[in-house]
Amino acid sequence: MATDITKKTHETKLAPRRERAGWTYAPSPEAKDHVRLKGRYDLFIDGKFVAPHSGKHFATHNPADESHIADVAEGDEHDVDTAVRAARKAFEGTWGKMRGSERGKYVYRIARRIQERARELAIVESVDGGKPIKESRDVDLPLAAAHFFHYAGWADKLDYAFAGRRARPLGVAGQIIPWNFPLLMAAWKIAPAIACGNTVVLKPAETTPLTALLLAEIIQECDLPPGVVNIVTGAGKTGGALVDHAGVDKIAFTGSTDVGKRIQRAIAGTNKRLTLELGGKAANIVFADAPIDQAVDGIVNGIYFNQGHVCCAGSRLLVEESIHDVVVRKLSRRIEQLRVGDPLDKNTDVGAINSKMQLEKIHELVAAAVSEGCAIHQSSAKIPTKGYFFAPTFFTGVSQSHRIAQEEVFGPVLSVITFRTPDEAVEKANNTMYGLSAGIWTDKAAKVFWMAKRMRAGVVWANTFNKFDPTSPFGGYKESGFGREGGRAGLAPYLEMV
Amino acid sequence: MSEANGNTGRVPVEKTYKLFVKGEFIRSESGRSLPVPDAVTGGVTNVARASRKDVRDAVIATKAGHHSWAGKTAYLRGQVLYRLAEVMEGRRGELVEARKGAGASAANAAREVDASIDRVIHYAGWPDKISLLVSSLNPVAGPHYNVSHPEPTGVVAVVAPDGDAPALLGLVSTVLPVIVSGNGALVLAPESDPRTAVVWSECLATSDLPGGVVNMLTGLRSELVSQVARHMEVQALDVWKSTTVDDALAKEAAVLGADNVKRVKVRDGRGKTFDQWASDDAQGLHCIEPFLELKTVWHPVGL
Repeated sequence: MATDITKKTHETKLAPRRERAGWTYAPSPEAKDHVRLKGRYDLFIDGKFVAPHSGKHFATHNPADESHIADVAEGDEHDVDTAVRAARKAFEGTWGKMRGSERGKYVYRIARRIQERARELAIVESVDGGKPIKESRDVDLPLAAAHFFHYAGWADKLDYAFAGRRARPLGVAGQIIPWNFPLLMAAWKIAPAIACGNTVVLKPAETTPLTALLLAEIIQECDLPPGVVNIVTGAGKTGGALVDHAGVDKIAFTGSTDVGKRIQRAIAGTNKRLTLELGGKAANIVFADAPIDQAVDGIVNGIYFNQGHVCCAGSRLLVEESIHDVVVRKLSRRIEQLRVGDPLDKNTDVGAINSKMQLEKIHELVAAAVSEGCAIHQSSAKIPTKGYFFAPTFFTGVSQSHRIAQEEVFGPVLSVITFRTPDEAVEKANNTMYGLSAGIWTDKAAKVFWMAKRMRAGVVWANTFNKFDPTSPFGGYKESGFGREGGRAGLAPYLEMV
Repeated sequence: MSEANGNTGRVPVEKTYKLFVKGEFIRSESGRSLPVPDAVTGGVTNVARASRKDVRDAVIATKAGHHSWAGKTAYLRGQVLYRLAEVMEGRRGELVEARKGAGASAANAAREVDASIDRVIHYAGWPDKISLLVSSLNPVAGPHYNVSHPEPTGVVAVVAPDGDAPALLGLVSTVLPVIVSGNGALVLAPESDPRTAVVWSECLATSDLPGGVVNMLTGLRSELVSQVARHMEVQALDVWKSTTVDDALAKEAAVLGADNVKRVKVRDGRGKTFDQWASDDAQGLHCIEPFLELKTVWHPVGL
């Protein structure tokens, strides 16, 4: 029962678009004839694909054309319980006792097989989630493989990681991931957990379950002991059952601050460990002495990368007053050059908004900004008639109290705010409940360090933005969560020190 | 309630036990106090009973204290903490008497004060070593200079060990790992021995520690814990279960703490022996790390 996703044609939906400057672009679709998806996916528990207890499946759609891609199992409490038991059995029976050097070899296998199937996975990621193929191909996939490769090598070196302490795995980790980087987030969660000797139950996001299920196939092919990795698809209720399950030793969650707080409350009074990677409202601060063209490129990358569906997106541009007009002019011109449309077109810069719900939320916040008197600047890009799209947008005349400057839009929408002194920039940058990331653009090294020190944020990008690496810890201050993913720091959430 | 000295006829001066906020000893704004029995004299002394408003004032003081303290060099923080040990050594007798007043035997009180001073010395050596052990230059796969280093979390509320726990050693063992890195600590003193907490605060006040780095509130946990737990400018909670903080209260604190994603550490101090409190395992980097944030900075490398 294979669904041929190649049925979608570019020509009908995405006619070449004439740019303001007179350029036209011919479609450059990624070939996808080698991708074969099943029509229906079951849960991956104890090394096997099994039908959900409820017998129910739900549909996952292509946000770029609203077409149906496949049906995915809806896991309930019973399925979560079966998965947690399988994970416990694997932890106690094989994985928790296995020598680190042997465990590591399994994790290396996963990294290698992801690399082998990278192209196929990238296409499915773009089809299921809407992100441009150039991003899934050049960012998500290489980073996902690298994350497994990095943590595979830690498996037999854990006793070096924390001076004076010996490391032991915790047991069963329940992991809940979002829809913005589906496979990459699965890698960030699974790789350190299993390298440290834990077993996992992963709940992928409702709108983007497919690459996690392909990862389940890869894990099966890698011959990992059954139950080490279990993948239970479903919506919020499924995640809630995982959080509440008494057999889980640790919860790792990436998603909204609102849900993160609910999880934190739910596990209060238990012995479960918790790490949260939540929302953000990052300031991207541009000083008058910055290399302006590079900074404008950094601003564009900071907010329009992955349609702005990035928790660390540079969604507040703080620009020094004296260069406000030139930056706005360059930015207006630059967003006209961004190609919005088919995620599978290799030239696409901004793909589809992940879901109808998310698109509605973006519309709501943009409407609020307009009604609050902010000036809207929007690309004149022709938006495909089908699917969920939003043209790159930014607002000027934004003050700190506007909703658009306070709430996480999670879309391709930027707020421009001005400042006069470095102190004012610091004050405005930190004036949010979030603290995930920040950007600083200046040619003065001493200023970079002065600013970086004052940012209440877990990741600071200076003269760059949105860079990620498995060796580089990622995570937030304040209400952006706690715990780090990446590098040595990313091991701590999965280990008990004795 | 000391008696007049019969031989000289001199009447000793009694101490008023106050809250320690912003480097100053103040009464509760509520005007309330709590009677505390003195095991040595058999009398009763009054300690201040902090209110919700006192908690709010103390949070503001702790925030300011944290900013001032975190801005000092690690070397200076180490010297100030060493100075705290010197002051405690100088006030050794007073600390021993305070513990005896709460019912400790002379031998146990002396042993506890010794262990507490030694623990302060241990932490005095930490400020300039934390970053050396926790930081990293991350070998990212690209032309970037990428470093991670620890910073203090900010305002940390410490619900200090109580009940059977040795009051002074419990305070030192929980407050020092919070402040070594530059955090400010808002401390709820043990109800079982608030006087020792105040005497120790006098050591803090005379040790060159900037005002507000440690703020000590005496009073009832049943009314204060939820106040610190729900305060939106408190970034972390260090809650020790004890005779005055049962499972339900600890859970309530953890639930309230989620409102601003506080880093909540709940540990059980019940039934912990003196030797366990005094052991080397009860001090060190693993006690400091829960109240650190790791910051990662990227910068491109190139011409």
